[in-house]
Amino acid sequence: MTDRIESKIWVFVEQRRHLVAEVGLELLRKAQTLAKPLQWKVAAVLIGRELGALADMVLSFGVDEVLVADDPLLEHYCNQAYVRAVEGAIRQYEPQVLLLGATAMGTDFAPRLAARLRTGLSAHCIDLDVTPDGQLLSLVPGWGGNVMARISCPKTRPQVATVLPGVFPVPEPGRARGKIVRLNAQLQQEDLGYRIVETKREEAPKSGLETAEIVVAGGWGIGSKADWTRVEELAAALNGAVGATRPPVDEGWAEEKQMIGQSGRTVRPRLYIGLGISGHMHHLVGVKSSELSVAINSDPKAAIFGHCDVGLVGDLKEIVPPLIEAIRQYSQQEPE
Amino acid sequence: MLDFEGPCRTLESPVKIMRIIVCLKPVPDPKHWNRLQLDPKTRTLVRKGIPSTINPLDRHALEAALTLREQEGGEVLIVSMAPEDSQPVLKEALAMGADRAVLLSDRMFAGSDTLGTAYVLSAGIERLGEFDLILCGDETIDGGTAQVSAQLAEFLGVPNVMHVSGLEAFPEKPWLVRSQIEHGYMVVEIEPPMVLSVVKSINTPRYVTLMNILEAEQKQIEVWSANDVTLSEPWAGLTGSPTQMADLFVPERKGMAEMITGDAKEQAAKLADRLHRLGFC
Ligand SMILES: Cc1cc2nc3c(=O)[nH]c(=O)nc-3n(C[C@H](O)[C@H](O)[C@H](O)COP(=O)(O)OP(=O)(O)OC[C@H]3O[C@@H](n4cnc5c(N)ncnc54)[C@H](O)[C@@H]3O)c2cc1C
Ligand SMILES: Nc1ncnc2c1ncn2[C@@H]1O[C@H](COP(=O)(O)O)[C@@H](O)[C@H]1O
Repeated sequence: MTDRIESKIWVFVEQRRHLVAEVGLELLRKAQTLAKPLQWKVAAVLIGRELGALADMVLSFGVDEVLVADDPLLEHYCNQAYVRAVEGAIRQYEPQVLLLGATAMGTDFAPRLAARLRTGLSAHCIDLDVTPDGQLLSLVPGWGGNVMARISCPKTRPQVATVLPGVFPVPEPGRARGKIVRLNAQLQQEDLGYRIVETKREEAPKSGLETAEIVVAGGWGIGSKADWTRVEELAAALNGAVGATRPPVDEGWAEEKQMIGQSGRTVRPRLYIGLGISGHMHHLVGVKSSELSVAINSDPKAAIFGHCDVGLVGDLKEIVPPLIEAIRQYSQQEPE
Repeated sequence: MLDFEGPCRTLESPVKIMRIIVCLKPVPDPKHWNRLQLDPKTRTLVRKGIPSTINPLDRHALEAALTLREQEGGEVLIVSMAPEDSQPVLKEALAMGADRAVLLSDRMFAGSDTLGTAYVLSAGIERLGEFDLILCGDETIDGGTAQVSAQLAEFLGVPNVMHVSGLEAFPEKPWLVRSQIEHGYMVVEIEPPMVLSVVKSINTPRYVTLMNILEAEQKQIEVWSANDVTLSEPWAGLTGSPTQMADLFVPERKGMAEMITGDAKEQAAKLADRLHRLGFC
């Protein structure tokens, strides 16, 4: 028998090899904010093997409960086993809201779980709200550039959402006050639909766009693969990282991992420069936390000018080369 | 240990043909997206008059299916839930090399969210009978939800892997599937039947030749309505779907940007000066 679980918002805190994905912690804090007016409790859900130390760590983020599904069969991720591990507790304790990070794991686990529970899932959200009567409203970019859509799940529970990593800040740990509840997972070998036989790292975890202080992003307005070097040169002059909207990625000018926005990465740089980018919400949601944002676009009516701090109307082909030149000169004057 | 590189088809392997199903969604052609509108009442996209095309990642899914058929033999079936006028998109998939196509089309399917879509697709696939592999794209460009493949697998009660960037099939032993995760990938051992959803890097889809298009004229598209499949649960369509679009709104703007004016050279100089003073260069 497990203890009674009282939390109404459950947040899945993903771990691989006992390393926690930050988005889980980001969501814990957000969940606490959402829960407060409703006087709901918040639980973190941990799934894996030998999670004792990790459960204590998560408890220090001030959650009311840490629900732990700990089983040798859960050592490696498998979506069906993960579903099995929490399904019973969800049915028994009926949380209202279930949040997951939109990571490789979260985007795979969440739909499988939502389908098992026959409930609604809104994906890749960039913000969340809860109404006084307990309805989760998930924000996603809508069609037509400038609109956002709120998705609700009126009839079924729990209301499930995956949220983009990096849209909420990572909280600092504080004082632990909650309790740890072990979930009675009762897994069988048959619950494992597959077996992970190898995991390989291809790039360093703390590199590239997500941690860059300066991001120069190019859009469809760059014009061609040959012209894409302008983006790279400006980024190099500023010692920043290169980002892109979707069209340059589709055209093969930029790499998929450089895409910023709802289907790509979230950046939080001190400086963002957008070149030839119109300003669809799908892209802007990924750059909204930039400290200073600059846009260069030939269309004075481009939506991006309503969302950035500094705007330059003009042909980037004419503005960017002298800009690179001037930046290089400054950098040479005072080498760091 | 299994060898990820090594092919192996033993002579004793039974002659059962492999059946691969590709779930393919016709989506509005991104080249015409500026003409798309939302219906203010139903809050679904009005696609009228906008040409459809194969969802880009579904092309990669189909390519993976065709490659596998070339290596292992078998048949490739397309299953799609879409309005009836999407047939030209399915014709293109047949021209790429698929053997048969089933179009699940019914007014009651319209407005389905991912649970509804996955449920209808699963009903269509149940009617088709046994399969070894279902291939999907990881996500669609119009919905972008990336949920249907996992939910379809759940309805069918088979395992699934998403973010698939490589795949190696073996008769009579587990397949090896490579799945992209943060900063790298994992390789999993998995046995058919299964659902895989692919990412762009898995392959380069083939081009369609005029010959292919002519050949595809001989192939059939079967259209199945709600009456042709067994739908015992209520998830299909706008009203059956658990998620709803509550509203649309224009997000708060920062206010109009401060504009840097002048000719191109002046603008560049002013911006560089600004960046310099802020310590960026
Ligand atoms: C579900 C879904 C998810 C999506 N996810 C993402 C995502 O994660 N990231 C993303 O970026 N997009 C995403 N998109 C696509 C998004 O909706 C837009 O289509 C895309 O962001 C537009 O990119 P863009 O601004 O580069 O191109 P456009 O909208 O075509 O804008 C090009 C701009 O360049 C300007 N320009 C042209 N020539 C010049 C010149 N010489 N000098 C200066 N300016 C010039 C034009 O005035 C125009 O404003 C998604 C779409 C959907 C439906
Ligand atoms: N209506 C549909 N008909 C056939 N396949 C679909 C449909 N919708 C989604 N899919 C499949 O599911 C994948 C993921 O879609 P989505 O979850 O909508 O992003 C797509 O790439 C397709 O392979």
